[in-house]
Formats: sequence, structure tokens, C-alpha cells
Amino acid sequence: MLSKLFSFNGGVKPDPNKSLSTREPIARLALPPQLVIPLHQHIGGTPRPLVHVGDKVLRGQRIGAADGNVSSAVHAPTSGHVVAIEPRPMPHASGLSSPAVVIEPDGLDAAIEREPFDWHAAAPGEIRDFLRDAGVVGLGGAVFPSHLKLNPGKSGHTDTLVINGAECEPFITCDDMLMRAEPENILRGALIMQRMLAAKQVLVALEDNKPEAAAALKAAAQSLGHASLEVVVVPTRYPAGGAKQLIRVLTGIEVPHGSRSTDYGVQCFNVATALAVWRALEHGEPLTRRIVTVTGNVERPRNFDVAIGTPISHLFAAAGLKPDTDKLIMGGPMMGIPLPNIDAPVVKATNCLLASSPALFAPPEPELPCIRCGECARACPADLQPFELYWHSRARNFGRAQEYKLFDCIECGCCAYVCPSHIPLVDYYRYAKSEIWARERDKDAADSARERFEFRNWRADREKEEKAAKLAARNAAKPAVKPTDGSAPAADVAPSAGDDPMKALIEAAMARARAQKEAVAAKNTDALTPAQQAQIDAAEERRKRASELSGSNAPAE
Amino acid sequence: MYNSPYLRQNTSVRRVMVTVLVAMLPAIAVQVWLFGIGLLLQIALASATALACEAAMLSMRRRPVARALGDGSALVTAWLIAVCLPPLLPWWMIVIGTSFAIIIGKHLYGGLGQNPFNPAMLAYCVLIISFPALMSQWPGLQGSDPATQLHWVLGGERALDAVTGATPLDALRTGLLGNADVSAVMQSAAFGHVAGAGWEWVALAWGAGGLLLLALRIITWHIPVAFLGAMALVSGVAWLIDPSHYASPAFHLLAGGTMLGAFFIATDPVSGATTPRGKLIFAAGIALIAWLIRAFGAYPDGIAFAVLLLNICVPLIDIKTQPPVFGHKVEPPDGGAR
Ligand code: SF4
Ligand code: SF4
Repeated sequence: MLSKLFSFNGGVKPDPNKSLSTREPIARLALPPQLVIPLHQHIGGTPRPLVHVGDKVLRGQRIGAADGNVSSAVHAPTSGHVVAIEPRPMPHASGLSSPAVVIEPDGLDAAIEREPFDWHAAAPGEIRDFLRDAGVVGLGGAVFPSHLKLNPGKSGHTDTLVINGAECEPFITCDDMLMRAEPENILRGALIMQRMLAAKQVLVALEDNKPEAAAALKAAAQSLGHASLEVVVVPTRYPAGGAKQLIRVLTGIEVPHGSRSTDYGVQCFNVATALAVWRALEHGEPLTRRIVTVTGNVERPRNFDVAIGTPISHLFAAAGLKPDTDKLIMGGPMMGIPLPNIDAPVVKATNCLLASSPALFAPPEPELPCIRCGECARACPADLQPFELYWHSRARNFGRAQEYKLFDCIECGCCAYVCPSHIPLVDYYRYAKSEIWARERDKDAADSARERFEFRNWRADREKEEKAAKLAARNAAKPAVKPTDGSAPAADVAPSAGDDPMKALIEAAMARARAQKEAVAAKNTDALTPAQQAQIDAAEERRKRASELSGSNAPAE
Repeated sequence: MYNSPYLRQNTSVRRVMVTVLVAMLPAIAVQVWLFGIGLLLQIALASATALACEAAMLSMRRRPVARALGDGSALVTAWLIAVCLPPLLPWWMIVIGTSFAIIIGKHLYGGLGQNPFNPAMLAYCVLIISFPALMSQWPGLQGSDPATQLHWVLGGERALDAVTGATPLDALRTGLLGNADVSAVMQSAAFGHVAGAGWEWVALAWGAGGLLLLALRIITWHIPVAFLGAMALVSGVAWLIDPSHYASPAFHLLAGGTMLGAFFIATDPVSGATTPRGKLIFAAGIALIAWLIRAFGAYPDGIAFAVLLLNICVPLIDIKTQPPVFGHKVEPPDGGAR
């Protein structure tokens, strides 16, 4: 038994608004006329398409193969025809398009014949490959390929496997409803994960605002009867469902930014991911459907069991989008992203579709200056000083922002939620992070241009030197036939070269080339090609603009 | 298009400032009851001056005037100046003090949120340095009728000797300079039970308002606790060593601006330290310096100077007391990839 729960600092308690979408059970949504299945739905490489336009596909057929190991496959959710493979708008704040396989269902829903896979007998490596090819990725929102995390690492075992059903964001209820509907299978999936990770204990955690799900899971745990598996109810406080916060609450361990929890003996998966693992291994079903909460400003908020690739408009039509909706959000009200395009498809990361109206989420009030009240710091679950990050990001003082650990910010939004000055703090952090990334990209580009240039220079020099060396060697070879006074001309240049004048000359030439290369390296921006120069100029220009801007924006101090 | 979070707590700067104003009401009521309506006049004058200066500065700086005026921060500064000053000062003094606070103390540094010094304390210090005699004219408890008070505030002929009595801190100072010992001074008429007749009540009313701010989470416990704790500690140690020359901790806690300072002045977020440990150091520093000035300095109460001195140290205190970030509190275990 877990005797003690820990706590994380900060956090906020917004109105959960969960009961809106839990009154009705999960409904299976009818297929749309067209499914748009993006190839890239996870962290990692973009899968290669395995089908062509005009191909017939079956339910569960792999249509995109994992690109390397840090990737995951994608599958057809039903049978039909491939009508296009082309870039389509994605459910992403940028509104960018990315390659997708467009399938027109034929209504037969014929399944592909599954290859038998006996996971009980399979080695962990084989199970991992199987899960990668079944397209199982983290369904809590991070969509990290699950097979990569189902590895105990060097030590060969794990202390704690955390199954995350906390679902701390307001409005979202897809995990809640899933836990109520399929508690046994979630736990069975968790036990498979436990085996693969050689985990000593499994903690299935959820917030105390989901009593029905907790009761269902506890009953299921009882009937499965595993001493090492425990359902833990944690206090409701946003963002208790953040992996790091939940690990902290359950184990007291703080996993720093940039570290893997495995190194601390803990691994964490979402409840829906555990179920996906179970379905893939036990029933051979790849990940082609997920539960999506449709809520907010809609007539009939509820959870839908949806084929991945279904256009978002299809879900809102089913739930009845109200006319005064001013904004669509994928995710919850704290961390969700604004959806620029209602025709973008549901992807593996889509846990919630939230319609906003001015009455539901009032547009932000005008921003006032920061009064340093420290509310944000008290609310920050990452123990940051959000207002310091804000000052430095706003002044474009990105180095200082990084010193205040900008990149430890999980963008949970707690700080902006409590700020009495209504400062959109998280926007400033997102902006600062993207600027820093952009600069690093510029720098990388300039650096690699520089390296390419140096290498070409060095090669040209070497060729010149080699020619010279050959010439010299030919010249030197002639006197070398005659006996001389004992010292070859090259000997004073490279005494170590011994008695072979040819070798000595070549080594001398090489030494000169090296020296020259170093000289070039020392002033490596002197002679660039116009293209490289332009690249570097652009970077410099950006920097200059940045400092000018910060000059004019900087608060008087 | 705006981004996450879409959900915001129902809060605003105005709400914070109005709560502070409300929390000041008990002490203002007690002061009016003890010393007469002069304070209300001063509050009205200070408020009008503050709003006028704020509006003028905002329009000169081409900032939206209405929104910033509505945030209530100028009123908080005005009220704090009014409660710090003797209530029967002539009107032009409060106007000078308040204008100085708003124009120089606040807007020349960039306005709300940018000022390194507590504007109210800046005004207080300017006035006490420029007009030390007027600044020590506190009315006695017997009071005077409202019409006379109005007459004086508006600059009429002053016959203040009839009504002014030294504040307890003044009396203590003068007495000690005259080689009387503490207990002898305490016997005199100006002293009530602990810290001067009536003054205990003012102090308790500030404390009550401060508890309200704590309960409503406008301030945290760090500054008042460190302030009062440090004040009790230094005055207690001195008192134990030589009770005939140093007043008791109870006196220091309830006299002068201790309570006001601990709950309402040192807690000014803009000019104060922000980290939890920083707040402790900041507040304890103010209390220590204030006590030193009370015991050895040239002014009877030193809180205003102490606050300004510690304001200077805030950037350093904040940098040196940054709390550890999540996951950076302990070294990672072996093999922790950093
Ligand atoms: S909550 Fe807002 S006003 Fe307060 S310190 Fe943080 S950023 Fe500044
Ligand atoms: S968004 Fe970042 S800075 Fe703000 S509370 Fe969350 S972790 Fe802290």
C-alpha cells in the first residue's frame, strides 16, 4: 500500500466543468465520407506511406511505416479507397499542412487478416517492435511513441509504473469515461507494461473528482488480484496530471527538465495508452480510434469514440455547435491550442475539442503592468518565478530568461490564470522559446556553412600542397640519387621524417596545410560565398533588430 | 487570436488595490475617533492630488488614462501618505508630498510596477527632511473641534501648542535625551497602557486590517512575521540588557508605524522583495534598521528610511534568494541524464 502522498508546490483549482460531458456514455461516431489520416501524428520521424492513390485498404492495414525506431506506424481505421496522398491542414495552431492519406470508406469495414502474435511468449524487444508497428503512442497529449518508453533501460528494472488517469484539466473527460467503461482492460494493459518494464509496483492514479472511475478501477483491480497494482486517488489540483507533477505526488521524486523519469526508476503512461497496448497485443488491433471529449459551447456535450482521421467539423456537428461560438480549441482551457481550421482531422493527440464563446471564456482583459505581486510564483508548479521570466522575455533579454530556467516552464498556464494584471504570461514564454530556437537554428545554419566552407578551403589547400609536395619530391628525388653532404634539403624542415626525403616533404606540406587551416579557422567569416554571407547577415540582422526592439521596449529601470 | 490559458481567475489589480483600501478602514476610523476629522481631510486632499497627478503623467506619457486611473494604485499611495502624516498639516504639505510620490516616485521610474522605491515612504522622507518641525505636530488626544481642524488644514493661523502633544516615540526620545529613564518617561501623561494613550488602538486596528489582507491572500505571512519578529527580537535583547535606556518589545511593536509598516508598507509588492526567503530578509532588515534609528538615530521613527534603504537592496536580495526550481533541488541520481 502506498502509505503517503507527496505534494507539488503551486497549482490552481479552476472550476472542473467535467459533469457537462459525463452525463452521457461514450458514443461511437459514424464514419465521415472521407478520413484524412496524417502520416505524422507523434513525436519522431514521419512514417513512409505504404499505399498509393487508388489502392484499396482494409481496416487495420498499415498505411504508413515507422521511419526508424523513433517513430510509429499509422493505419487505416476502416476499409475503403485511398483517394489522395497530399498535404492537408493539421489541427495545429499554425494551421500548417502536412502529408496525409485520404481514405474514402466503402462502408464494408472489412478487416485485414491479423498476423498471429503471441505476446506471452515474445521477447520484450519483439513486443516493442510490434507496438511500434501497431502505432501505439502516448494518448495523454504528448504522443511519444510508447515502445520507446517500455524499456527499463540499463538497470533492467523499474521501481514504479505510473498509469496516469488524473486528467486534471477542466472540461476534459475522455479518460474519466474510458476508466469507467473499460477498467479491467486498462489494468490488463498496465500489467503488460509492468512486465515489460520489470516494474516493482504499478500505481494507477486519478484525481478525487472522479469517484465513479475510481470505484470502477478499484473493483477491477480487486478482481484481477495483483498485489503490486494499486489504484491511488490524489487530490484534485491542476496540473496534478502533468507527468512530472504526478510522479512527484506519488513518489516524492522530482524529475528535472530534460531528464527521463526512467533514470529515476519511474515510468508514466496515460490510461488510454495502457488500453491501446492491451488491444494491440491481445486483439491485434492497431491504434486507429480514440475517445474525444466534445464540450463547451455545444448543445450535446459528450465523449465520442472516433476513427482517427475524422474531420473535427464532423464531431462538432454531432454535438451541435452553438452559433455564438467564437473559437475552437483542441485540448482543455488551460493548455489547449486554438484550432484555425475546423476541417482538420482528429489525430492521436486529440483528447478534447472545446468550443468557446465569449460567455464561457471571456476574451482577455487589457494587459496591465506587472505589479510583482508574486501570485504567479505561488501558482507555478515548476517552482519558477514567472514574472522574472516575463520581464526578461518582454525585454528580449533571452539569456536572462534562460538563467531563470525558461525551459523548465511546462506552459501549464497557472501563472496567467492567477495574474491580477491579466498578462498573457505564457504567450511571452512561447515567444521567448521560439526566438531562442530560431537563433539557435540560425547559428547552426551559419556554423555548418562555416564548417563546409572551412572544409572546402582545407581541401583546396591540401590539393595545392600535395601538388607542391609531389613537385618538390620529384625535384628532390634527383639530387637524392647522388651522394650529398648528408643533409637532405627537407631534413631541416622535418627532421623527424628520417631518411626518406619524399616522406619528409609530404609531411612538411601537410604541416603547412594544417597551419593554414588553423589560420582560416581563426578568421573563418572572412571569405564566405555570397549565399553563406547572406545567411549570416540574416542572422546578424535578426540580432540587431532584436536589440533595437529591446531598446525601445525595455521598461525604464 | 489569443492563446491558452483561456480560463482566467476572477481577479484584477483594481480588486487587489480596493481590498487594501478596505483593510485600511479600521485604522483610519480609530485615528479619526482619537484625533479628529483632520485625517479625513488629508485623505481627500491626497486622493485628489494623486489622481490628478496620475492623470497628468499618464497623458504626458501617452498612456490610456482611464484604465490606469481605475487600477486604484494611486489611491493606495495617497491613503498611505495621509495616514503616515500628522493629520493637521497645512494642505500644501500633503499636496507636495503626494505629487512627489506620484510624479517622481512612480512615473519618472516608468509608472506602475516599475518604481524601485515605495512612493509613500519617499514622500514621507522628503517631507520630514524638509519640514521637520511641522512633521512632529501630532494633535493631542483631547482633540479640537472639526471647524478648527478644517481651518488649520486649510492653512489658517495655527495655535497648535494648545492641541499638539508629542507622539510616544517623540516623548521617549526627548525624555531619554534629557537623561530620564524609560520607566519615568512612560509615567508621563502621553503614555497609555503600553505604547502611548490611544496609539495601541491604532496599532491594533492596523494589525486587524493586516490580518484581513492575509486572510484574503493579498499578502503572504512572510513580511509581517519577519518584520514583527525581528522588531521584537532586537528590541527585546536591548531591553533585557538595559531596560532603563531601551523600551520594551511591546512598546516597539505597538508604537509609531510598526504595525502599519509590517502589514501595509513593507508588503508593497512593487518595491519589495519577491521570493519567500527574500521577503523574510527584506522585512527583518527594515525592522532592524527602524529600531536602530529609533534607538540611536536623529528621527523618532525610522520605518520610512528603513524601507527606502531596503528597497535599494531588493534586486540583490531577490537574486540571492531564488528558490530552487522543480527538479533542481537535489543532485540527480547516478546516471541521471542532464
Ligand atoms: S501575477 Fe502577474 S502581476 Fe503578479 S507578479 Fe506575476 S506577472 Fe506580475
Ligand atoms: S506556465 Fe510555466 S511559468 Fe507559468 S505556472 Fe506553468 S510552469 Fe510556471
